[in-house]
Amino acid sequence: MNQTQLPPFLDRSKSDACIHCGLCLQSCPTFLETGNENDSPRGRIHLMRGLDDGKILLTDRVATHIDRCLGCRACEAVCPSGVEYGAMLEATRHTITRHRTMRLPQRLLQKVVVERMLTWPNGLRLAVSPARGMQRFGLTRVLPQRLRKLVELIPQKPKNSTSQPSFHQEKIEVKATAGMMSGCVASVLFGETNQATVALAQACGYQIIVSSGDLCCGAIHAHSGNLPEARKRAQRMIEFFENTETDVVIVNAAGCGSTMKEYPQFFSNNAEWRQRAEQCSSKVRDVTEIAAELPASLKKKKQEHPRTTYHDACHLCHAQHITEQPRTLMQEILGNNFVELPESDVCCGSAGSYNITQPELAGRLGSRKARNIIATGATVVVTANIGCIMQIRASLQSAGVQDIQVVHIADWAIQAIQ
Amino acid sequence: MKLVPTHVVRQLEETVGKANVIAQPDELIVYECDAYTLERNAPQAVVLPGSTDEVAEAVRICAAHRLPIIPRGAGTSLSGTVLAVDGGIVVATTRMNQVLSIDPRNRRALVEPGCVNIWVTRAAQHHGLHYAPDPSSQMACTIGGNIATNSGGPHTLKYGVTTNHILGFQMVLPDGQIVWLGTEPNGGEDTPGPDLRGAAIGSEGMFGIVTQALLRLTPIPQEYRTMLAVFETVEDASHAVSQIIASGIVPAALEMMDGLIIQAVEERYGFGFPLDARAILIIELDGLRAGLGRQAEQATSFCLGNNAREVRQAQTEKERNELWKCRKRAFGAVGKLSPNFMTHDGVVPRSKLPEMMRFISDVSARYGMQIPNVFHAGDGNLHPLILYNERDPSQIQRAIAAGHEILRKCIQLGGSVTGEHGIGVEKIDFMAEQFTPDDLDAMRALRKVFDPEEHCNPHKMFPGAMRCADFVQRKQIPA
Repeated sequence: MNQTQLPPFLDRSKSDACIHCGLCLQSCPTFLETGNENDSPRGRIHLMRGLDDGKILLTDRVATHIDRCLGCRACEAVCPSGVEYGAMLEATRHTITRHRTMRLPQRLLQKVVVERMLTWPNGLRLAVSPARGMQRFGLTRVLPQRLRKLVELIPQKPKNSTSQPSFHQEKIEVKATAGMMSGCVASVLFGETNQATVALAQACGYQIIVSSGDLCCGAIHAHSGNLPEARKRAQRMIEFFENTETDVVIVNAAGCGSTMKEYPQFFSNNAEWRQRAEQCSSKVRDVTEIAAELPASLKKKKQEHPRTTYHDACHLCHAQHITEQPRTLMQEILGNNFVELPESDVCCGSAGSYNITQPELAGRLGSRKARNIIATGATVVVTANIGCIMQIRASLQSAGVQDIQVVHIADWAIQAIQ
Repeated sequence: MKLVPTHVVRQLEETVGKANVIAQPDELIVYECDAYTLERNAPQAVVLPGSTDEVAEAVRICAAHRLPIIPRGAGTSLSGTVLAVDGGIVVATTRMNQVLSIDPRNRRALVEPGCVNIWVTRAAQHHGLHYAPDPSSQMACTIGGNIATNSGGPHTLKYGVTTNHILGFQMVLPDGQIVWLGTEPNGGEDTPGPDLRGAAIGSEGMFGIVTQALLRLTPIPQEYRTMLAVFETVEDASHAVSQIIASGIVPAALEMMDGLIIQAVEERYGFGFPLDARAILIIELDGLRAGLGRQAEQATSFCLGNNAREVRQAQTEKERNELWKCRKRAFGAVGKLSPNFMTHDGVVPRSKLPEMMRFISDVSARYGMQIPNVFHAGDGNLHPLILYNERDPSQIQRAIAAGHEILRKCIQLGGSVTGEHGIGVEKIDFMAEQFTPDDLDAMRALRKVFDPEEHCNPHKMFPGAMRCADFVQRKQIPA
């Protein structure tokens, strides 16, 4: 086995904050599944420090535990010492990527499928049609397992895609101008959700004047440790919105939103860019934050709503600390038909590209999520991240459940207020 | 590091599955300590069994090869209870973490040992019940570990510690036998004969490994009154504590935080504690609504009578939860002040609190170490947090010495060296100061009833035990 000595890579002021208390353990989805402390936040920090101090060498075994981390940051939310685990993880992954010889299939998956195709809308577009065709005709069976899982995640085109979600009401006063961060994956696979987001923002008094189109925010690259590429993409995104007259930038993908809110971290050694990043970050709002401003007159309770539950996307609840706004909105509209989901804040296994790179654990976490959803008796699951939607749909399908809808909160809300 | 012979690893793998045995040094370092980080030594292997039978088989394999067995839950011990002093096999119950059943009519829960403390309450609360012992680490620590250390927590002032809430449990003895101690899942409340259940609670993993536990559930109180009293001196706050208890009020919890910890907690959580306060009391009253208001008024007047600057009441459930979150995560907040801390949990009679707190501040000045305090004032259970930096050996030495002075003073004042964290490896040296040789012999004799070979969690609790360092030196001498 390859053994590599790593140069020091941790920012001690961050890694020393961990006092090894272990309070993070049970918040960690991978630890809950494997029970192995190497798959827990405290354990991973122990490994990171070991690698950083040169006490242990980088082996495939050690790298696996770092790879298995979902990056969901549930541990950060419960850490009493305020350890910036996400930043430590990115630094570790960055160093590991540079010093590790990945096996070819793994490398192709990471470098080509995840970092290039997923974030290259035209490429993704090319791949989507045949994939949807295969799904429709049940041909995915012929694919190798990993590829099959990937293809099965791709959502079918909405049936009535001729009627675009929209919202027209003369009385709503425009209180601010907004830009829409449409996302590289979402703009291909979830165009409908993007339109719903625009409509919802309008209903809340935001005039959308510009969309970032196919631009990628760099989140996927940052999460897998490719910081230079993430930085480049962040710069493009920052420049794009600098040239617009927007008061806020609306994001409907939790992972993108959290990275964009944390752009300044990418530029700790570059004062000029850090300042530009801070400017950009201060404008970023998740769509659930916008939806909280929905006028009360629109939130009429209807009796006929089906029983509905809410899944917390990790990068929304743990990284952006947004848990109350979506619940308040849903409770106001649904009343007693809103039910809480047990373990709603335990990752569903999607985690950006995780369901592609770690299919086994992603599958286990997906089934765990499906079991919890089924137990609520809800027929609609609302969440605020497209990755979660794809993963939860696939997991429910694997569990043999056909009649539970999984929808983005923007789609759900725009329908609910019509 | 000594590794386990491959044929033993294979046997363990056959028992629990390959994915559930850890036997490589680079993965074992993660298990080199618990939340007590001053001493470290990696075990030779870790097994993660999924059932009682797998625990029993793993234990038999260890016994057959005379390998030490180290039971482990979530590894949140603050006294090195699960340190593998001389290597050995860690048997971690983290995969056995289910609430098996809730019996609301008999107010009982049957759980696996790796079940997290707070999960029991989560599973029981829609029946109006909860599991009362609430150690500050309750979001992570396991019921198995709570039983091993007879854990306390803020609310044990009124409700009692772990032993008062454990009806019975299944245990794998160090030779692999499976026994049930105390009330069985469908049995009555009382069992005949000596209370072996009680004897094994607090035995710090030396008597065997708990594999199932039957817990007592307690009704959730009808109402809470949670108050925050702000004082100019620790002494005033201590006097208020004594008066409240002496008046006959039994608060659900009565906690103190001193100025240094208030600052750390406020910086981390921004609750709104006054930064210039020298002491804060969190007073929680609970029970039937009727009469609670009068008790709250009484407690308030005792605080004001002892020069409290102000007494606030939590107005909403959310505010109450926020306050408890600050209290329960206070230890972690010192991570902002210092990379390492050591905490002791000595106990003194309540009436000696002012004297003890003066002593701690004197120790802090003499050793030049910061020592914030956050503790269960109602039962005189201290938690001085001695801050140090492990990269500076002189600080480590001073931290240890300061801690020892504090513990010695606890014994002198008629208290004890531990209220809830256990002896582990940390406080072994004090056992001989607190107990007579006869007491210790009796304890050892009891331990031998359960573990004649003394290979279950060895080198803990009793004076004369070997330390990690002894083994390191021994290993360096060529045979």
